Amino acid sequence: MLHTISKPATTAILHQPHLRKANNRKLLLVLLIVACVLLVATIVAGIFLSESAMQTNFSQKNLGPSLSHPFGTDWMGRDMFTRCIAGLSTSILVGLLAAATSALLAFLLAAVAALGPKKADVFITWLIDLLMGIPHIILLILISFAIGRGFWGITIGVAITHWPNLTRVIRAEILQCREAPFVACARRLGQSPLNIARKHMFPHVLPQFITGLILLFPHAILHEAALTFLGFGLPPEQPAIGIILSEAMGYLSAGMWWLAVFPGLALIIVVLLFDLLGSNLRKLIDPYRCQE
Amino acid sequence: MLRYTLQQLLKFFLLLFAVSVVAFVLVSVSPIDPVQANVGQTAWLNMSEAKRAQLSEYWGANTPVWQRFINWLGAVVQGDLGISLRYNAPVASIIAQRFATSAVLMTLAWTFSGVIGFVLGIVAALHKDRLLDRCVKAYCFVLASTPTFWLALVFLIVFSVLLGWFPLGFSQPVGVSSSEITLFDTIHHAILPALTLSVIGVANIALHTREKCIDILQSEYLRFARSRGESIVSQIRHHCLRNIALPAITLQLASISEIFGGSVLVEQVFSYPGLGQAAVTAGLGGDVALLVAIAILSAALVFAGNLIANLLYGVIDPRIRRSGFTSFSDSVKQGGANASHDI
Amino acid sequence: MLTLNHELEQSHHHHKHANTSHHVGGHHLMQVENLNISFTMYESDARSYFNAKQVQSNVIHDLCIGVHSGEIVAIVGASGSGKTLLADSLMGHFEPNATVTGSIWFDGDKMDAASLKKLRGHGISLVPQSVNFLDPLIKVGKQVQGFTKSNSIKKCADKVSPKNISNNASSISNSDDANNSDDVSNTGNTNKARRFFKEHRAQRAKLQAKLFERYNLNSNVASLYPFELSGGMARRVLLCCALMDNPKVIIADEPTPGLDLELAKVALADFRQFANDGGGVLLITHDIELALSVADRVAVFYDGTVVEETAVANFANPDLLSHPFSKALWHALPEHDFFAPTGGDALS
Repeated sequence: MLHTISKPATTAILHQPHLRKANNRKLLLVLLIVACVLLVATIVAGIFLSESAMQTNFSQKNLGPSLSHPFGTDWMGRDMFTRCIAGLSTSILVGLLAAATSALLAFLLAAVAALGPKKADVFITWLIDLLMGIPHIILLILISFAIGRGFWGITIGVAITHWPNLTRVIRAEILQCREAPFVACARRLGQSPLNIARKHMFPHVLPQFITGLILLFPHAILHEAALTFLGFGLPPEQPAIGIILSEAMGYLSAGMWWLAVFPGLALIIVVLLFDLLGSNLRKLIDPYRCQE
Repeated sequence: MLRYTLQQLLKFFLLLFAVSVVAFVLVSVSPIDPVQANVGQTAWLNMSEAKRAQLSEYWGANTPVWQRFINWLGAVVQGDLGISLRYNAPVASIIAQRFATSAVLMTLAWTFSGVIGFVLGIVAALHKDRLLDRCVKAYCFVLASTPTFWLALVFLIVFSVLLGWFPLGFSQPVGVSSSEITLFDTIHHAILPALTLSVIGVANIALHTREKCIDILQSEYLRFARSRGESIVSQIRHHCLRNIALPAITLQLASISEIFGGSVLVEQVFSYPGLGQAAVTAGLGGDVALLVAIAILSAALVFAGNLIANLLYGVIDPRIRRSGFTSFSDSVKQGGANASHDI
Repeated sequence: MLTLNHELEQSHHHHKHANTSHHVGGHHLMQVENLNISFTMYESDARSYFNAKQVQSNVIHDLCIGVHSGEIVAIVGASGSGKTLLADSLMGHFEPNATVTGSIWFDGDKMDAASLKKLRGHGISLVPQSVNFLDPLIKVGKQVQGFTKSNSIKKCADKVSPKNISNNASSISNSDDANNSDDVSNTGNTNKARRFFKEHRAQRAKLQAKLFERYNLNSNVASLYPFELSGGMARRVLLCCALMDNPKVIIADEPTPGLDLELAKVALADFRQFANDGGGVLLITHDIELALSVADRVAVFYDGTVVEETAVANFANPDLLSHPFSKALWHALPEHDFFAPTGGDALS
């Protein structure tokens, strides 16, 4: 032999992963449960606290954050923490209702567009383009103008403005599914269209739908807050983050920063929780990403 | 190519027409009585029946919606957008004046968020899953969950109230005649609102640029470029930037919608007298003519952005330029448009 | 030049030689020993989804293969069995979550991750599957010329001497002007470097034009975009990309997808030419018939490893093949009986 290759005792390492991956499926599950519990707790607490949130105490007004009032008090001596929780509770309820309606609408329209006649598809796609062309806030102002303000006004408004994006995603998913070999195969085997949709397409679209639904909440909540802030949403007597913040505007120059900072932070945390929930749920249920 | 352009233009005008129909119908079904809204509650109660009927006639409360739409459209085509009730002036002149103020703000925010977002997105993609990437991603996720108006409030507290660096509101100093207002004043008043819009806008642009850039870095052609021994600098210069340019342009033009929506909130917080503030005043005060006009203008801006993006595709992308197949641009465009629907 | 006596040393390094196998310089052009590639994954058949353990999944294990000067070695295995992963590893591309161990020698030198990277386009070139491997927005001519040496003008002037490049060119045609400025490489002067850079580019353009001529590509193909290429043009363009860098070894990953045997043989004639000029080709394919008709040796890839590396001639008779899977492959050939008497059990 002219050239001997001596086998090294330990094999040479050409490449190694940077980090050992932690087993994060369980961690994710725990995280998801904690997020859910937090959100439900906020809703429930808000319902019980809505009375005391309105309670004024003029001996305790304009107080900065302290142990007894972690978020401070406002110019009428109302505890800001209680008001925040009550406000968040309303926001989450509006968000849940609006997002669920919107997602359902998206699902129906997507199914009609993808499986129905060509004309319906063209029309729905065009409608999506149309609705996406008007900035959301302007459209919401128009709708609030048309159907009035208040709890139902804003819920309906948010619901009928938030479906286009999800519709687009689900429509693409169904179309892709319809062209997939396993669906073609089922068709050749003589399965009924209803059966195919139920057994072969629905399970594929479901993960997209669920994560899409959850990821709609943050948008819905943020838009509800924004609209209420501008004065088109919930009425001033209802506890809402948008109301709290718009009222706080008048007291900022007096240096009462806590009136604005804490309610906003609380809102961000709720929105982030939903975001976290949606994007991590995708990691768990999306077969393409479940190895992550 | 010509056919493609015409097609895009036709689509633009069709959508714009549809928007005006939608906007007009929405304000027409409003439960708010235009007569009551415009004369005020007390005046309404003290008014005689005949006077009320006369006003109703004047505001067209008794003519059907389509009739009013046609009348309105006829006037619009001739350049008459109607009279604003809140501002007591022709809508066209109010819009022109307000748009000029808003344009300063939006252009600043649009440029900053675009440039910074683009750079951050590419940097993050190049450091995928490392510390820098995690920082950019964390920033983007938090900012995407932050209400624009709240951030505006926080900036107001920090920079205007606590530090006193910037004025508390208004696009110009109060009590100074317009001839004495310098460019510096205009910019000084626009900085804080523009900063707010940029900080929020960066998140979206950076996240989407990052995703596109990662797609390109993992693409087969970049794998091949690496296989040929191209350095990372060469890969970015010759392949990444070229291929990301088109999605970035789409994304940037699609972000107009977001910037416009954000400006409504930011202008409200900073009392910045632009289009957004006018929209809120019109909406709260039942100023139908102004509200419809602003809605159409905002849609026109967004559609114009899409139109420009599509036409640029035709010019830049050889796959459209040389073969003119249009389905491609639509499929790519969707990626960008998805990004556009935030506040 | 040392040559191994193949009659006497029929089998070494786990493989059997073909008549054309040369050990130029006394070594293999490329030799891979005990390559292992594994990924960390969740156990897929775990009883509970959330209790799924993370396991190391071995995609490639104990793989050995050698390429001699002057030969085409075909790696034959089923689609999706990890062949592309192998090609990537030989080019120094590693998936971030992969663990890769083993030894790779190139032209007598032992490689590590860094030196494998350096070999890309400077010794080993890849011929990919399809036109998707070309940048969709850059004209074909420019892509064939490549950007390899254009990013740093100075580095370019310092490291790549002009002689080197005209040598590259002369491998295609000897008529090239080798009388280029000799003083460039030892000046730090940017002006000179820039001039050198320009010449360098011009030379690469010339070389590209020659390659196009040689592979019957019309000169206007250079100004086409990848999406405008026909299948045949694309294959030749991709080969030109590889030859542009004057490699010693070409790794071809399914270079003839969708072609029938006759057309594929024609397409691979160019690889034969390259091998005859002293290069080595590692042809990765799922097509045993194609492999037998163009390659000198065949490595049978099965279950994440090369189970047998043997001369094509040995496929004449199943008794000359040692592994049951190779025998099964032999039986599966259309001119044989489609019947796998011994292989069937062993495989299941």
